[in-house]
Amino acid sequence: MKLRKNVAVSEAGLLFNPVNGESYSLNPIGVEILNLIREDKSPEQIIKVILEKYSTDKATFEKDYFDFIGILEHHNLLESHEETNA
Amino acid sequence: MKKRTLNIAVTGLNAIDSPGPGVSVIRALHEAASFNVNIIGLSYESLEPGIYMHDLVARTYSIPYPAAGIDTLLARLEYIHEKEKIDVIIPNFDAELYPFIKLEPKLKAMGIHMFLPTLHQFEERHKVNLNDFGRKYGISVPHSKVLYDLNTVHSLPSEFSFPMIVKGKFYDASIAYSIEQVKSYFNKISAKWGLPIIIQEFVHGTEFNVTGLGDGKGNTIAAVPMRKQYITDKGKAWGGISIADEKMLDMTRKFLKNTKWRGGFELELMKNKDGELYLLEINPRLPAWIYLAVGVGQNIPEALVNLALGEKVKPFSTYSVGKMFVRYSWDMIVDREEFEQISIYGEL
Repeated sequence: MKLRKNVAVSEAGLLFNPVNGESYSLNPIGVEILNLIREDKSPEQIIKVILEKYSTDKATFEKDYFDFIGILEHHNLLESHEETNA
Repeated sequence: MKKRTLNIAVTGLNAIDSPGPGVSVIRALHEAASFNVNIIGLSYESLEPGIYMHDLVARTYSIPYPAAGIDTLLARLEYIHEKEKIDVIIPNFDAELYPFIKLEPKLKAMGIHMFLPTLHQFEERHKVNLNDFGRKYGISVPHSKVLYDLNTVHSLPSEFSFPMIVKGKFYDASIAYSIEQVKSYFNKISAKWGLPIIIQEFVHGTEFNVTGLGDGKGNTIAAVPMRKQYITDKGKAWGGISIADEKMLDMTRKFLKNTKWRGGFELELMKNKDGELYLLEINPRLPAWIYLAVGVGQNIPEALVNLALGEKVKPFSTYSVGKMFVRYSWDMIVDREEFEQISIYGEL
């Protein structure tokens, strides 16, 4: 899973998609997860990092994590599998 | 090396809720790297704000409306040229392009240069001909129909579903949700801009614009796509952001290559939820948001002037993505004497 090329994320959490000009505001945990995605961490690694750092249970975070990934996919911010494998 | 100073006349100095491109074009020209400018404003009405922007416009002359005829316009331009020695004219209204295109050879003989689409290009891209244009050049356009008679609107539901767009031949467009609304907009728009009225299929999606410049030989000299971020009730962008959409740039290059478009232009595009692009309209002139193109590294008005003067212009290859324009309106304080001067003598 990779963030699309050229998608920019500011330190303050503003995500900009240069292809369609859309901007999104992320909360601090969203920025953290996005940075882990950009470091090519797997979903398992990301879940592990977050669970070690914050007091939440695995089931709750997994649900929130996959919801978040679903939103990124919905807004076309992640590379498709074909693009990732190309 | 000392830069030459060009006398450039510009129209479109108005700034109502659907602003003219003139002031933005003038700002761009003042920032040109290849020449200095002395700007001559050409106005149709005494309250066009550009007339009173003395830091941008050196002198303004009123010119007759296109309805007054080509000869009247030519006589006025001859008078202005005698006083100002105009090097280049940049017309910025759709409605005045026809007389200026017609006058291009005569003005050139006087030493006044322009860089306009040919009459064929101007007519072919017209809203009235958009269906044929799309078919001929393989560009997706929404289905449209030209109406000359109010009585024919009753047949529309067999061809279009609601909502549909009702458009004027030069300006104005409204979304109609019923036959009654179609009739009402037909009357309202035709009273202002005349016939025909164009009915266009409504495409749901996000609006984008591309501005650029074609060299008349099929080459793309400049192209900058923009997403409208803040849209007025007239559909005008009051804020926008430069984007990097290869599909849009490809469509622009295809348009320029196939039509051999000469001059500035604006493409109005709609992207539906499946990512398909539709060309809604081709404006045969620079748009009011042209200063964004300058802000992202493509001074299109400067390139247009150089092409008009017959100089070689290197195509722009890059621009900054993610730069925004945010429009503002500004109240100027103007002495009544200035208003009188332009109203009574037609010069300021």
